[in-house]
Order: sequence, then C-alpha cells, then structure tokens
Amino acid sequence: MLDRIHSIDARVRAYITLTPDLAMRQAAEADERLRHPDAPRLCGVPLALKDVLSTRNVKTTCGSKILGNFVPPFDATVVSMLRDAGAVTVGKTNMDEFAMGSSTENSGFFPTFNPWDLDRVPGGSSGGSAAAVAADECIAALGSDTGGSVRQPAALCGVVGMRPTYGRVSRYGLVAFASSLDQIGPITKDVTDCAILMQAISGHDALDSTSLQADVPDYESSLHADVAGLKVGLPREYMAAGVDEGVRGVVLKAIDRLTEAGMEIVDISLPHTEYALATYYVIAPAEASANLARYNGVKYGYFDPDSDGVEELMMNSRGTGFGAEVKRRIMLGTFALSSGYYDAYYLRAQKVRTLIKRDFDQAFESVDLIVTPTSPTVAFPVGEKVDDPISMYLSDVMTLPGPIAGIPGISVPCGFSQGLPVGLQFMAPPLGETVLLRAAHAYEQLAGVESATARKAV
Amino acid sequence: MAARANGGYRVVIGLEVHAQLLTESKMFCACSAKYADAPPNTVVCPICLGMPGVLPVINEQAVEMTILTGLALNCRIPAHAKFDRKNYAYPDLMKWYQISQYDLPFCVGGHLDVTVDGIDRRLGITRVHLEEDTARMIHGRDEAGEDYSLLDVNRSGAPLMEIVSEPDMKTAAEAREYLMSLRNILVYLDVSTANMQEGAFRCDANISVWPRDGEIGNSKVEVKNMNSFRSVYRALEFEEKRQIAVWESGNGPPEQETRGWHEASGTTVSQRTKEYAHDYRYFAEPDLPPLVLDEAWVGEIAARMPELPSALEHRLIEQVGIRPDDARQLINNRELLRYFEEAAASYGDPQRVANWITRDLVKALGDAGASPSESPVGPGDLIELLKLEDSNRVSGKMARDIFRTMFETGRSAAEIVAQQGEQITDQDEIRQAVVKAIQENPKAVADFQAGKKQAAGFLVGRVMRATRGRANPARVNELIAAELG
Amino acid sequence: MLDSEVVEHVSRLARLTLSDEEKDKMRVELSKTLEHFRALSELDTSAIPPTAQVIPIENNMREDAVGDCLPKDDVLANAPRTRGDYIRVPAVLKAF
Repeated sequence: MLDRIHSIDARVRAYITLTPDLAMRQAAEADERLRHPDAPRLCGVPLALKDVLSTRNVKTTCGSKILGNFVPPFDATVVSMLRDAGAVTVGKTNMDEFAMGSSTENSGFFPTFNPWDLDRVPGGSSGGSAAAVAADECIAALGSDTGGSVRQPAALCGVVGMRPTYGRVSRYGLVAFASSLDQIGPITKDVTDCAILMQAISGHDALDSTSLQADVPDYESSLHADVAGLKVGLPREYMAAGVDEGVRGVVLKAIDRLTEAGMEIVDISLPHTEYALATYYVIAPAEASANLARYNGVKYGYFDPDSDGVEELMMNSRGTGFGAEVKRRIMLGTFALSSGYYDAYYLRAQKVRTLIKRDFDQAFESVDLIVTPTSPTVAFPVGEKVDDPISMYLSDVMTLPGPIAGIPGISVPCGFSQGLPVGLQFMAPPLGETVLLRAAHAYEQLAGVESATARKAV
Repeated sequence: MAARANGGYRVVIGLEVHAQLLTESKMFCACSAKYADAPPNTVVCPICLGMPGVLPVINEQAVEMTILTGLALNCRIPAHAKFDRKNYAYPDLMKWYQISQYDLPFCVGGHLDVTVDGIDRRLGITRVHLEEDTARMIHGRDEAGEDYSLLDVNRSGAPLMEIVSEPDMKTAAEAREYLMSLRNILVYLDVSTANMQEGAFRCDANISVWPRDGEIGNSKVEVKNMNSFRSVYRALEFEEKRQIAVWESGNGPPEQETRGWHEASGTTVSQRTKEYAHDYRYFAEPDLPPLVLDEAWVGEIAARMPELPSALEHRLIEQVGIRPDDARQLINNRELLRYFEEAAASYGDPQRVANWITRDLVKALGDAGASPSESPVGPGDLIELLKLEDSNRVSGKMARDIFRTMFETGRSAAEIVAQQGEQITDQDEIRQAVVKAIQENPKAVADFQAGKKQAAGFLVGRVMRATRGRANPARVNELIAAELG
Repeated sequence: MLDSEVVEHVSRLARLTLSDEEKDKMRVELSKTLEHFRALSELDTSAIPPTAQVIPIENNMREDAVGDCLPKDDVLANAPRTRGDYIRVPAVLKAF
C-alpha cells in the first residue's frame, strides 16, 4: 500500500501527512493479532484519516496553515476505536480548509486531483480521503460530513461514502466546523466495507454529550436482508432544474433498477428543499465563527511574529493563517449572529431548519427511504468554481438537507456520465443505517458495479 | 444638563457576584477543580485548553450546587435550561467563547432579606447561572525590557456561578450587607469557599445616582477590581459622592462607563479605552443538549438544603438566647459557629460561651493569625475552664489569664491551675493579706479616709499582687471595705 | 449591498485582519450571498420554533469525578511562545 502511495500520490496528492513508521508498527501488531481466529474485521486493514481527525503525536492540520505545525496530544475517539480494532493508519488526507468547500481546492497546502481525471476536482471537503480510496492509496478512509463532505466527494470519485445519523459516531476529536451538523463517516470501495467500518466507529461516547445511547446493530449481517417491498421516495424537488442532464439520466436508470429488486418507487415532495442551501449557509458559518475563534496564535497554531501588541498579534495571526473561504464563512457567520441581524438570519434559519426537518419526518411516515442524485454534476474541472462561492455552494445542494435534519445518507456509484462517476444517494430516518446499507448493497449487487478503483487514470 | 437637585439624590446599586464552586472536577472536563496549590499549567487537559476537536460534558454536581443556591435565594427553577456560547475575544479565554447561560438560566426571580441599621430590606435576585472560569494571567517585563503577559491555564474551565441582583440597593452599607449575607449562604450550602481574597468570590457593581425629583435613567457605571467587602463599601461610597459631584456641577447624568477601584488612592478610575462595543453573539451551545429540571430532581436537591444562616441566626437569638451582635459574629464565621456549637453543647449557659468566644477566643486567634479550627484551645478545653470558674476554683480574672496561657502553651486549664494554685476564698487567708496591705500603704488609707474612694482600688491591687491574682476579688473588696469602714 | 462600515464592524467582531482589497471583495461576495438568503424571509416562520439541535437527548451530564490531566510539556508543546512554565503573549492591558 505504501508503495502504491509513493508511486501515484505525487499526481493525486491525496495525503497531507504520511505515517509510514506508525503504519509499519501497527501492521506488525496486526500480524500478531491475526494469528488468532477472533481478530477483528479491520485488523491489518490500511486506512486513511481525513486530517480533521485529531491524532496523538501526528500532525493534524485541518487543511489549514493556521494549524500547519499542530501536533495534538490526544486521539479522536474514532481513531482510538480504529486502532483498538487493529486498523493500520497510513496517513492524514487532504481536505478543504476546516472542511469548508466542495472541491478540496480550499486546502491551505495544495489541491487534490480526481483519480478518474487529474484535471478535475475530487469533490470535497473530504476530497483527499475519497481520492485515496478511489486511487487505491488505502483500502478505506474516514471523512467528515457537515453538508455533504463525505457523500459528494465519494460520488465524484466513484466510491461509497456514508454520513451516519447525527450522534451515531462520536465527534470527540473531530475538529469542529459546525457542531450541530458535523458527523464522521466512512469512504470505502464498496458497501460491505462501509458496513464494516461503520461497525467499528459507531456507538456511544461519554466524551461527546450529543452522542446517542442507542445500541449498534450488526451492520454487516443486515446487508443481506431482503429489500423487496421497501418503499423508496423520489422527491420531485431534487430532480428539478440544476441537475446535469447526463447525471439525471444515469440516476433515473439506476432508480429503475431498484424496482427490479422489488423496491417500490414513490413520488414524494420535500417542499422546503429550496431553502436548505440558505439555511445551511447561515447555521454552519454561524457555528463555525465560534468554533474557529480559538485559533488566535496564543496556545497553538500559526502566530504572526511581526505584530505589535497582543490584540494585533491575534487578529493578524487569524488574518494571515486562514484562507479566503474560511474568512468568508467566519465573516458570514459573525454577521448572522451579530446584534441587529440575529433574528433575520440566524434565528430565522433555525426556524426553517425545523420546517426542513418536518418535511423529512412527514416523508418517512410513508416511505422507508429517499433516493436522489448525490451531486447535481460530475467532477468539475479544477479552477472552474473556485472564484464563485455560490456556484460552489450549489454543488452540495443534494446533500445539505439531510444534515439539517440530522438523518443518515449514503452515496453509491451508479454509473458514468462523460466518463466520470455518478453517485446515487439514499437517505433514511434517524438511526436508519441498516436499511440504508441494505438498499445500497442491493443496488450494488444488482448493478454489478465493481469495486471501482480508478486505476485507469493513475 | 440637569442642575443641582433640591430634594437630594437616589442611589441605585446592583451587584454581580461570581463564585467558584467547590466541585471535585472542572465544569466541563475531568481536570481537578482544586488547582489552587498546583504548579502552573499542570491541571490542564485538551478540553480546558480549548484544543481543536474537544467537546464539553456538563458536571452534574455543579448544576445541582447552582440549583441549591437558587433555592436558598428563593429563586424559581424553570422547567427548561440550556447552555449558550458567549463570544468574546480575550487571551485568557481559551476557546474565545465562554460556555455560559443566556436566556434559560437555572434560577430566576429570587430575593435575599437583609437588615441594615435596623431596617428590613428584601433585595431582588435576578438570576443565578453557571459558566466556566478563564485562565489566570500574570504580567511582567523580561530581561530585554519587553512587557509580557503569561497564561496559567489551571483555572480555565473551573465552575463559576454568577449571581445577579436586581438594582435594589440604595446604599453602600446595603450592598455590603447583601454581599456578606450571600457569602454566608454559599458557605453554609458548602458550594463555595466564597473567599474574596482568594478570588473565589468576585463582585462587580453597577451604580447610578439620580436627583430625587427626576426620573431614574438607564445609564450606569460599572465598578470592578474590588477584592474585599471593605473595598466594595469604600468604592461605592466614593462613586456615590463622585456621581453626585457630577450632577452638582451640572454635568449629570454621569457618563456610562467601566471604572476600576484603586485601593491605594481610595478612588475609582475610568477604564475607558478604545474598547470596541461588546456584541457577545450568544447562541445555544450545540455541543450540549438542553436540561429539563423536573420537579422530582429539584425536589431531591431541595431536600439537601441545610439550615440557612438567617434561620440559624434567628434560632441562636430566639431559642438559644444569644445576644444579636454575638449571634451575627458567630454566623459570619462558620468555623467560629461550629466551635460555639460544640462548646455550648456541654454547657448550660450558651451566652457565657458566646462571650468567651467573641471576646477572648477571637482576640487570641486574631493575634495569632489562626482560624478557629486551628485554636490550641478546643471547645472542650474552654468548657473545662468555665467549669473551674463556676466552682469558684478560679476567679474570673484568673480564668482569662489561664485562657491566655492555655492558648499560648497548649496546656490544659487543670494543669495550669495545679501549678499556679487555685483561687483563695478562705476568709482568714484573705484578711491577712488585706491587713498587710493596709499596714504597708498608709497613704492610700489616708486618701481613702479623705474621701478618695478610688484609693480602695489601689489596695485591692496590692492584695491581688500579694496573692498572685488568686484571691477572690469579691471577698477582697468586701474585706477592704470592712477593715477601712 | 452591504456598506463598508458593516464589513469593517464584522471583521472587527471576528478579530480578523483583512486587507483593503479583501474587505472590498468580502463586501461584494457577502452581499451576493446574503441576497441569495433573502429566500428565507419569504417563509412565514412566526409560529415555528427554532431547531438548535436535532438529537432527542436531554440532561446528559457526567459524575463529578477527577480524571487525568496532560503532562505540562504537552500543554506547552504547541504554544508559539512560552516563558518558564507559562504560555507567553505580548502584554495585555487592563482592557482593550
């Protein structure tokens, strides 16, 4: 695996930090454990971690220059869980700075390229993780999904990406972007791997007060349950204008195949969908403006050495250390919370959040699942949207509503448009991971989509 | 604008108190909350250091202590509470937001009854809420002459309870009384040391002064940096005079601002800087689920309510029969009260015990700089001494000297008496000493007989000296009067 | 269009040093984005309660028990400047 990384990562640029020594040590320990028949499923499996996850004694940058040299003294809960399960962690993957972006071009260090076409973006913000999995630079990876940052890059890179129910996976050690929306999720080559990784990272954590107490089902064994009779809602708002024609065609064909497995497709409406983008882009930046306040060059991180006085030092460290998109969102969020604008923006967005959540609650009274495209387009060329924030924001329009409601979602590869992968998204009610995985797995079996690694391109 | 007021002025004072809670661990992490004696930056974890990716978890004990305090202050405990983020940028605040409570605090709408100069006053409590403390800063200048500030993060994240009063106080004396009563309550609830000097009990005051014949406006002056009850009193007295002077000079109302109390000069000083207007941008803390304060839980907490200082004071006066001043003095020092309770438990005259404590023990402790629990003379030792006096084995005067010796040497009353000898009550023995004194001091006798009655006192002194203080003073007086009569 | 004073005010609240060029750009971009958000005000939300969290959890608290702290060296390891056992910053005035 390390050889593969060395041979191609110069072109894909999926990793910010590689940890070969650690990986070799973990691999040796895993070999020991694998002698026993009861070794965990992940034992010895090489995984990549998005650089938003805190790793003890391993640099954790969050894709930002402001944390360029930051070495945490503690592991995120999911990282400890993976290590306990015997996984081998090969490195930390590239990402949009503080997970703000949909193309990984906002990384404070360098962009990552889509293994299917190196002139195109891998999606984001977990673009490094998705590209690493697609290019076979690891078996699977963890990403984080605030508004689609696992599912969208998974779709654009032709791999599986899952966002769990809010609270299913501990956020402790996940560098916060928008606390009420952030979730960690797996990015894998197929749905079975996704189930295995979900098994390893799910569960209650006393260090995360928003962590759910609910028991963790056996995800892998639930994959094989029958899907016949499942009612799948197709929300008309998601197929409206804005979806690329090629993507629409591939997705509609994929939805047709669901009926072959005995699933019933039902036309539904999620009437507040059009407000999701604005809702998200008020709430997430507002929370981010507080979460990113701590980066001021005092305790850790970049500090501006030429500043005069403490106030200037802190302001300049932030002004220089953060990239353009992060500053844009901090400004937006600060504005939305500020006196005189709070009611019109932040409070109103929270109210619309209620409406969007109600849409889903109502829909799930009549359907088991919802199916949509994951992204309105295939991977777009590097540089195309980087100077147009709104068009970049629109590339998450299919994945934003789920997190607003806290529900889980999964993206599975469902074919190609313009030679580039297209993703099919399923969404389920809270804690509906089993039915999501089951449906995604059934589709995968039916469509015969092979474990898609983009070896052709790289 | 407004000229001098003919009808005098009204003073409006409100107080904000921050009290550190006596929990074992910090507010949102498992670091010890007892960091006072720890070396700098040794009671710190990723959570209270505000590292990327950390999350808070609410300390239940801190919540219960806050609710208990609210109940003791007659507050209503709302059914729902939550934590919020209060955004402000200061180097001692690790996350650059403080987890605090904004619109749904744990306790609202209470009151505290105090008596000042014989007048009963009910002072409103607006709210009691919970938040986290900041790191400590130390300021200095290095070898190269560069000024610096240093951060000790140990205090960061310690649980801090904020008690906000209504602007109900009208004088500095009322404010001081409110603070002392509040301090006593926290101490008796065992929720805080409430020690002001150590920073466990901090007070900021809002004060404004308005002409009696006009409206009360909104502007007010916030006074900070007061670290004793005395400095609160002095600062408010000063500020009242200063603000009246502003009105008298025709420049009222005084400008709204923050002023710092300067102990050495006895004045408040404007802290006005280019400080930017505050906009805390409160919003619900997304990392902490809300709290439901149901009746069962609140009832459970209420059941732990100890006897409050005001009730205790009342009981001491009405039932135990202690003089009000003494009762107050005992209540104000919980260790002293415990000493009293233990001593009085095995003695029939509680007021007499109180006398000894508020007079001799307090004096001795003050001289030694010791606290009641450190007293070399324990409650039982004191009672032993009182009983010796009751049985006339020592005189009152002897008892006080013996007490002093006990305090200084740690020896028991019985030991000291055995060595020094008991009181002399024998009529003949005392008469011998009296006769001797009369013979040796003819001038005093002459003075007495010439009408200078105080000359008898001189003779009593000679007798006491001759008997090394052991003669029963009453007998000595009687016999001198009889001999000279 | 947002006026430049609002941008100045917000950048000051957010403690972000922005160049004049950045401020101009921010003004244009934020204005466009806020324009997009105007959709929110179309909805009648007067009777709708706000949602701050999507999880059905309440009263999640921990027992008041002491756990491990970091070694002091780990506390100071990432600090840009230290002095002795402290984190060092330029002198902080009483208020700024």
